[in-house]
Amino acid sequence: MAPESLAPRTLIDKIWDRHTIRDLGDGWALLHIDRHLLHDLSGPPALAEVARRGMALANPELTFATPDHAVSSAPGRTAETYPLGGRLFKALKSQADQQGVRFFDLGRKGQGIVHVMAPELGLALPGTTLICGDSHTCTNGGVGALAFGVGTSESSQALATQTLRLARPRTMQITLNGRLGLGVTAKDIALHLLSVLGTTAGVGHAVEYDGPVVRSLPVEARLTLCNLSVELGARSGIIAPDDTTFEYLRGRPYAPQGEAFDAAVADWRTLVSDPGAAFDKAFEIDVSVIAPTITWGTSPDQGIVVTGRVPDPAEIEDDEVRASAEAALAYMGLSPGQPLAGEPVDWVFIGSCANSRLSDLRDAASVARGRSVPEGVIAWVVPGSRDVAEAAKAEGLDKIFIAAGFEWREPGCSMCVAANGEQAPPGARIVSTSNRNFVGRQGPGARTHLASPAMAAAAAVSGRITDVRTLAR
Amino acid sequence: MTPFTSLAGRVAPLMLANVDTDVIIRIERLTSGDQAQLGQWAFESLRYDEAGLEKPEFPLNQPGWRGAPILVAGANFGCGSSREGAVTAIAGLGVRCVIAESFGDIFYANCLQNGLLPIRLDPADIARVAAVAEAHGEVSVDLERQTLALPDGQTLSFSIAAIRKEGLLKGLDDIGLSFSEMDAIRAWQAEDRGARPWIWDLPPGLTAVAEPSNLETRR
Repeated sequence: MAPESLAPRTLIDKIWDRHTIRDLGDGWALLHIDRHLLHDLSGPPALAEVARRGMALANPELTFATPDHAVSSAPGRTAETYPLGGRLFKALKSQADQQGVRFFDLGRKGQGIVHVMAPELGLALPGTTLICGDSHTCTNGGVGALAFGVGTSESSQALATQTLRLARPRTMQITLNGRLGLGVTAKDIALHLLSVLGTTAGVGHAVEYDGPVVRSLPVEARLTLCNLSVELGARSGIIAPDDTTFEYLRGRPYAPQGEAFDAAVADWRTLVSDPGAAFDKAFEIDVSVIAPTITWGTSPDQGIVVTGRVPDPAEIEDDEVRASAEAALAYMGLSPGQPLAGEPVDWVFIGSCANSRLSDLRDAASVARGRSVPEGVIAWVVPGSRDVAEAAKAEGLDKIFIAAGFEWREPGCSMCVAANGEQAPPGARIVSTSNRNFVGRQGPGARTHLASPAMAAAAAVSGRITDVRTLAR
Repeated sequence: MTPFTSLAGRVAPLMLANVDTDVIIRIERLTSGDQAQLGQWAFESLRYDEAGLEKPEFPLNQPGWRGAPILVAGANFGCGSSREGAVTAIAGLGVRCVIAESFGDIFYANCLQNGLLPIRLDPADIARVAAVAEAHGEVSVDLERQTLALPDGQTLSFSIAAIRKEGLLKGLDDIGLSFSEMDAIRAWQAEDRGARPWIWDLPPGLTAVAEPSNLETRR
């Protein structure tokens, strides 16, 4: 093991040091990977590359696979419902079975969006290094894992050697103080951070979120907060584990059990940044100023309070920023300086690894209950995993949504990334609980507004972008 | 991986900030068939109109810049999704080097895994390279010296991690390098099993795992 340093260290550095098998010099390390998630899009090529080289998986028992990106979310779906997805599904399943990798199949417990099922199954644990061929792997930082996305090549390397050769990230601390107002969720915090810090603040960094507001968040909210770290440019985001985390993990299928759990918790309590540890960048944010937030443009940092107005490019001095705002407004079909509230919507998507967990569905259902989606608006609820779906049904949330005119669909990534053909038509205005509003992401010409589940439900039942606080009962 | 030592050629400008990997390659191109043809779909929405015809205003569609082996781009190039197909698509255009002020972290790493050299330069130097591109000039990249030579004789320097530079120069990828250290990796794992048994001794959980069929090739 790497020797423990005496100087105060950040949590990120502690996990990094502990997992360094060999220091490669210049800040690079041969780093052990404790957990590797595979999904239907990036899993098959990574597995195929290992096989092509005549190699075997170094530790199939530390590797976990489930289909999420390319499977249909249609009610009653099978692997074949989206035929291109069916090919990828078969490739993942057959290679996982052949290699001794646990595969969480459609219709079975544990299937879901990788970053929803991994924490809820206890696969992501405090202090683990966890990777997946998906940029939102940072989500798992919400339970105290050092988790980051990789490409297919890096995924192959980790499959063959259970390691990666990586540069130690710089560290960024974001401290959240103050009190959350009515209708303000972790999603709003994340969108607010993006609007303040921008999309390149975190490049080359791992982010640690801390402060009394973070400590007050339940684990699902922490997962949401960490999810959007990559939109800040950071490869990973982490929240130090605490009693909230330990209670969340207790009894989960792949978490340690009984005495083994207690022993693990004793170790996990050391997973905090030391007092006096130095971060490369540090920000303090007062969350009291945050209101329900929604994006207006084509980058996740282009968010405003829902009661606000979109920018007027004529008032922007910087040529590049002005041109970018003009292009975004044109794509989104919005007029300079117009208010967003009241803008009619065509689609609402409640889902994605950002917001598709039980607490998200509860939030959305509490807005939808007893109300109706107007004619002409399509509203989907795509639970993040089978376990989430079952728990939601046990509480009757599915019935609330269906009664209100939402479609209750099957777990997967669905419209967030549209890898399964589930796209909105050109020009459609969508309020989405996902994390990317890029040009064409949800379909060529589709216009995405990012928001929280409650805000999405509010838009669905009003048919317009709506301040969810006006619907409070 | 094909080694990268030096490259001389035309530079094409794509001076838009925040070109994300969804713009570089649409997800449906990655799910349908031919991954060898991704170059055809690079920058699809910028490059083709609704009828599928080339947009004349897109730089890479213009005769002076078509097929240029070097791209100069706006800040935060390759942000967003981790899709490695974004690199494959750009390489499929014949590009072997991308120059920008900043890159998405995962995209930057993916470039290096595929023998495509990403070069970070400060805004002043980016402007110099962009000017060369606008004038349809050529530049010369020398990885060993970490320099970029411009037509007027100016030489710009760039940084790159020594470990990645060596990998590119020799055409080595990480799998071989790390696999040669398997003994040390296994020794580390053996010690970790004692220190953190919860990483290794998983409860039965939800699914029974079949024994892998290739145990004999596992080190």
